[in-house]
Amino acid sequence: MQSELLNMSCKELRDGIAAGRIKSAAATEAVFGAIEKYEPVIGAYISTFEGRALAKANEVDAKIAAGEPVGELAGVPVAVKDVMCTTFGVTTCASRILENFHSPYNATVVEKLLAADAVIVGKTNMDEFAMGSSTENSGLKETVNPWDTTRVPGGSSGGSAAAVAGRMCFAALGSDTGGSIRQPASFCGVVGLKPTYGRVSRFGLVAYGSSLDQIGPVTRSVADCALMMNVIAGRDPADSTSVDEKNAPVCDYLEKLDEPVDKLKVAIVPQFSAGADEPVQKALTCALDVYKKLGAEIIEVDMPHLDYAIAAYYIVATAEASSNLARYDGVHYGHRTENAGDYVEVYSKSRAEGFGKEVKRRIMLGTYALSSGYYDAYYLKALKVRNLIRGDFAGAFEKCDCVMMPVSPTTAFKIGEKIDDPLTMYLSDIYTISANLAGVPAISIPCGFDDSELPIGLQILAPAFAEDRLLRIARMFESNTDWHRKKPTIVE
Amino acid sequence: MAAKIDQTQVKKVAKLSRLDLTETEAAEFTGQLSAILEYMEKMNELDTTNVQPLAHCLPISNVFREDAVKESLGTEKTLANAPQRDGEFFKVPKILDEI
Repeated sequence: MQSELLNMSCKELRDGIAAGRIKSAAATEAVFGAIEKYEPVIGAYISTFEGRALAKANEVDAKIAAGEPVGELAGVPVAVKDVMCTTFGVTTCASRILENFHSPYNATVVEKLLAADAVIVGKTNMDEFAMGSSTENSGLKETVNPWDTTRVPGGSSGGSAAAVAGRMCFAALGSDTGGSIRQPASFCGVVGLKPTYGRVSRFGLVAYGSSLDQIGPVTRSVADCALMMNVIAGRDPADSTSVDEKNAPVCDYLEKLDEPVDKLKVAIVPQFSAGADEPVQKALTCALDVYKKLGAEIIEVDMPHLDYAIAAYYIVATAEASSNLARYDGVHYGHRTENAGDYVEVYSKSRAEGFGKEVKRRIMLGTYALSSGYYDAYYLKALKVRNLIRGDFAGAFEKCDCVMMPVSPTTAFKIGEKIDDPLTMYLSDIYTISANLAGVPAISIPCGFDDSELPIGLQILAPAFAEDRLLRIARMFESNTDWHRKKPTIVE
Repeated sequence: MAAKIDQTQVKKVAKLSRLDLTETEAAEFTGQLSAILEYMEKMNELDTTNVQPLAHCLPISNVFREDAVKESLGTEKTLANAPQRDGEFFKVPKILDEI
């Protein structure tokens, strides 16, 4: 009974709650039951809010009993990555420097979840400041993959993906700067969407790489992803880079979700995708066969600059990070050293004590790339390469509706396998990074398993602001396959 | 091939970044950053002479709004997370030397 409830989609649960058939309080209690059972093993959450969540659930149930209107996520227990500000609990970014930080305001997406009557159950673990591909860079705790607890959940939104796969919430928000939603979604066998840059407000999202960061949903189905997008998408006056709806209107992503895209043209980049492990390539081929059977035409395109995405990304992102993270100065908020002799040491010791290794590495790399004498060779060069990558996408999208490729060259790797070799870790981001550099939306959906029963994701990339079509294309696959229904053996 | 970055440079960058590094960290980062910067050389395979730099992907430039007075956080909320405060101020060690 509990497991039947926990395996429901957001949509089913929401409809059941709104119709009075299911109590949000029951769903919320079931989620906290799952947290009690699985969380000691999985470690997806940095903080949970049981009392607060149950109060909200009861409030929604009371509204429904009184016949009052309720929001699109009425009573649905969801989680938020701990990089988004909340006035309740702490907002840590999984960093010791913010371990006790209480935000004075809510992120816009949090306000939107609350306005939609969602029940926020907790805040999920991540790589510190969203810098990483395995969640091993969390300064606060370890998260493991629900499919194999000796493996990483992916990152940086590893806690969100593990919580959704582990039935410890019905959906979650993640953030994606270079693949941080899609790669953990792929490793944990769930759906993850990075929307177009500018589609979802970044207000209250703690900044990493401001020209690349985007918030998006992590869910167990494409339909739930569409539902979450209905709640979080749209212009926000508090974020000047969220896009005017006159130019790019937000639509009801659920409305036409089940209409297949007619005469679908899918592009693949064979040489580029050939860099993935064999099981990943095989799963991609099988996925393409599904689309072929549905009438899609598969064409090959040349995107010669994708190979340079990692180099360009790790310059642009770290340059932006070095500037964004200058705010952690030990003066206004966050950790302050107790060993400062003078004011410079307030900065340099507070930061040395508060930041983890990967964060320090990225701040230094970015500082170096922006420093006098190196700016042209690294930062300016990377911005030019970025333009070439965007050009590759513009060229491809003239010939097709979407591009398909792997999400990650491998399935979930072992904990500790790559942590001492940052460059190897960076190279694992090869398939996800270009979407951030080009600003286009991209989704990861479950499309198979390797021999060790580890999930594999299919990545679909679409033109800017074409989330509606992207979701419809993803839904075509989901309606004809069962991969998204598989669940880790740890949960029942 | 010479390392892309040596320990002296790493220490200089750490100073610019306001990060106190231990000797062990400086040595570790030197090796790692060298390998990373070596990889970045890959970008030089591309001729970008006539390519414009792209700082962000949106077709927007100046975004204006009405210059309206709105409620702000207020002193208490702003100071609530201060590691050290003195009344309505953030407290820091002395910045100016005695004259």
